[in-house]
Amino acid sequence: MKEYLLKRLLLTIPVLLGVSLLIFLVLHLAPGDPAAIMLGAEATKESIAQLHRDLGMDHPLPVQYLIWLRKVACLDFGRSFVLNRDVFPEIWLRFKATAILTAASLAVAVAIGVMAGIISAVRQNSIFDAVSMLCALAGVSMPVFFTGVVLIILLAMNLRWFPSAGMYSPVGGNIYDLLHHLVLPALTLGTSSAAILARMTRSSMLEVIRQDYIRTARAKGLAERTVIYIHALRNAAINIVTVLGMQIGYLLGGAILTETVFSWPGVGLMMVRAIQARDYPMVQGGVLFVAMVFVLVNLVVDITYAFLDPRIRYR
Amino acid sequence: MDRKSFVRTRSGVYRRFYKNRLSFVGGIIVLFALIVAIFAPWLAPQDPNQTDTRLRLSPPRTHNYLLGTDEFGRDMLSRLIWGARTTLLVAFLATLMALIVGGLLGLLSGFFMGWFDILVMRLIDILMSFPYFMLAIAVIAALGPGLFNGMIAIAIVNVPFFTRIIRGVVLSLREMDYVEAVKVLGAGNFRVLIHHILLNCIPSIVVATTLNIGWMITAAAGLNFLGLGVQPPTADWGTMIAYGRQYLVVAPHVAVIPGLAIFLTVLGFNLLGDGLRDALDPRLKT
Repeated sequence: MKEYLLKRLLLTIPVLLGVSLLIFLVLHLAPGDPAAIMLGAEATKESIAQLHRDLGMDHPLPVQYLIWLRKVACLDFGRSFVLNRDVFPEIWLRFKATAILTAASLAVAVAIGVMAGIISAVRQNSIFDAVSMLCALAGVSMPVFFTGVVLIILLAMNLRWFPSAGMYSPVGGNIYDLLHHLVLPALTLGTSSAAILARMTRSSMLEVIRQDYIRTARAKGLAERTVIYIHALRNAAINIVTVLGMQIGYLLGGAILTETVFSWPGVGLMMVRAIQARDYPMVQGGVLFVAMVFVLVNLVVDITYAFLDPRIRYR
Repeated sequence: MDRKSFVRTRSGVYRRFYKNRLSFVGGIIVLFALIVAIFAPWLAPQDPNQTDTRLRLSPPRTHNYLLGTDEFGRDMLSRLIWGARTTLLVAFLATLMALIVGGLLGLLSGFFMGWFDILVMRLIDILMSFPYFMLAIAVIAALGPGLFNGMIAIAIVNVPFFTRIIRGVVLSLREMDYVEAVKVLGAGNFRVLIHHILLNCIPSIVVATTLNIGWMITAAAGLNFLGLGVQPPTADWGTMIAYGRQYLVVAPHVAVIPGLAIFLTVLGFNLLGDGLRDALDPRLKT
């Protein structure tokens, strides 16, 4: 297991470097001079050249990348053009809000999706199976921002159960207030992932419960609950964890739309505003940070595979 | 394969497709959406940008407006019809771009293997290290908001999807006996690749493309919803929801109608894609 962990950790390094290089190139090849944007329309050629020197933009591109990489390694993501503040503390503050939203959505997705998938598989061809799979199909086809609009109309405007916006600082406040504001965004973001998880769990479980060892487990008199949750689910879990890992990427991306619908103060909302204001360091820092979090999440998912299926460690 | 067995196989595909009633319904929804998009100039009752501020936010079926009006008093039905054209055009062209680039990379890397394959696969790994929508956002940040840039952004995000699927199919096809046989008969790499591998990839390409268009519509509408794709006053479903969101209390129809249009169209493509997959290439189910 130690050898596998080390190998997997080392494999993360080139991916992280590749991700950073891609972000650096995409935003450096963008049309428009960041220095000219920072200084505005009144800027002289001399002042632009001076700012180029100050920002290290007079160096060749590979040197600029290495300088930027060294700074990023020290968590120095540059300075926002618009806010005139360091980018990293701003991203970190916003990321906490995004992490809360993503974790809550994942909980919703797992609770609804995995349970619906298991019950559908166990009661294959029942009314529950038909209804839940129809709901899953609808859930997969529903854009996350439209789900948000529908939930606002139903649960915030008509029933007045939850607020549709108004969260400004999810960290350090009242926990009940946080949960009250969190319900609608988490439901919005979680339901589409729940739909995908339900379909995947159902098909994985159906594959597993037809195996001989499940028949053996039943034949030796084990309770049905033990057969399903211990023997079948553990073996179907590999596929479910794969989809779950991919869903975290979907949730982190979908958070941009959900945060915009509910004015949730996360990284997504921050980046949309940064793009509109052409605040490159903020966008660059935001994309890099979220991509790195996703790479680390994938690392955790891979380690979970090895834990669930020992064969993977020996490949 | 002789003519008789080909016909039998083809009829089997048709039978499997028609047996799945949901995919048939999906096909009809898709056909309807395509007809609306293609014939938008003839179907729309009026100019989608014509405003009448006296009648702004009129509910459906009032003042001769079947679906009501929006915040500028523009006819919702006309905007919905023209919006179908914009939304589907962006989704189709982005899918085409992703298919050409991703498909070519998958075809060549699967066929030639070696260093090219390693290089392509590492590039795909890096692209897949981004949360799906985040990469599109980064590309938009670099290129600037706009219809064409939005198209490029969502196309880049989907390149790995096509590369991986087509590479997988090519890897299994290149080991087949018939490929060995045509090589022994003296066919060159180009002939084998185009006539014997690419043609046999077509079922998988059709299925992958249909399944992908639904996602593309959602992604394109998402970018437009954020104001990073199509710019006003062009009619588009995502933009319509974004503006309608501000009037949910007084006129929920402005956001709900385009939302339902996206939902139904994506559902149609997903149902059609599922049916085509089961009929043409059940291997993709896994």
